[in-house]
Amino acid sequence: MTARIGVVTFPGTLDDRDTQRAVRVAGAEAVPLWHKDKDLKQVDAVVLPGGFSYGDYLRAGAISRFSPVMESVIEQAKAGMPVLGICNGFQVLTETHLLPGAMLRNNHLHFICREQKLRVENAETAWTADYTAGQEIRIPLKNIDGQYTADERTLDMLEAEGRVAFRYLDGNPNGSLRDIAGITNEAGNVVGLMPHPEHAVEPLIGTGRTDGLGFFTSILKKLVNA
Amino acid sequence: MARVVVDVMLKPEILDPQGQAVQRALPRLGFQGISDVRQGKRFELEVDGPVDAAALARIHELAETFLANTVIEDFVVKVEEVQETRKAEEAAK
Repeated sequence: MTARIGVVTFPGTLDDRDTQRAVRVAGAEAVPLWHKDKDLKQVDAVVLPGGFSYGDYLRAGAISRFSPVMESVIEQAKAGMPVLGICNGFQVLTETHLLPGAMLRNNHLHFICREQKLRVENAETAWTADYTAGQEIRIPLKNIDGQYTADERTLDMLEAEGRVAFRYLDGNPNGSLRDIAGITNEAGNVVGLMPHPEHAVEPLIGTGRTDGLGFFTSILKKLVNA
Repeated sequence: MARVVVDVMLKPEILDPQGQAVQRALPRLGFQGISDVRQGKRFELEVDGPVDAAALARIHELAETFLANTVIEDFVVKVEEVQETRKAEEAAK
């Protein structure tokens, strides 16, 4: 049976179609989920894609966190369902407190859009098993609220538990503390990152590389083996 | 009817790049002697009915769960009575 991966669309989401496509390129079935629906349509995993949900009013991801679909996503994530938050999706995951810390405006206040080098620090999460720890990948980055912050205790805890999943290489694009580009929860089923793997799954578009495909093949493998 | 104001500010230890950008523009505009600027948010809530302890407790909860992200922000809740003249204006409508 094909794995079913839900992709949530909030008002203001813009990367839902690219994410659905990435899911299909990896060989899974992409299931569109609407922010007003509590029903997750029996998906095996959920991706919260990038964009500007609810216009990023109040704080990025703050209003989406209280949408009907997120009630179900939070409940299922706590029960172990894999959830990946990309960019705005990562912001939503910090607002839900499924992931610790918070996101601030980039330290230089500019919107940034470029190819970004990352190091995969944790290759044991549900979304990173097809990478190897220490592997360097290049995927697009585009955001203005991408500065990851948390208090020292939380940062030390993330480091000690191996929960810094990705780190920026060759320059920190937004002032994120300890060069953190992405983190995972304790169980490894919830992962958030600022750069966009869904824009680097086919050689013809984006960076011309397919470095992002591993996220979607990782989850597929995990679900098929489960 | 009363107005309740919720002021939200980034915690002192959190970097405020927007406030810094404003501060850096001040000398250029001829304003000297301002060594720091921090930018916050102000929410004005018009409340139906009396703002009693129960209503304030609800607003406090609203501020804590939604208006502020307490990982990075502090907030203050204040009650502001709506002026009598405004009440009269509204009654006349």
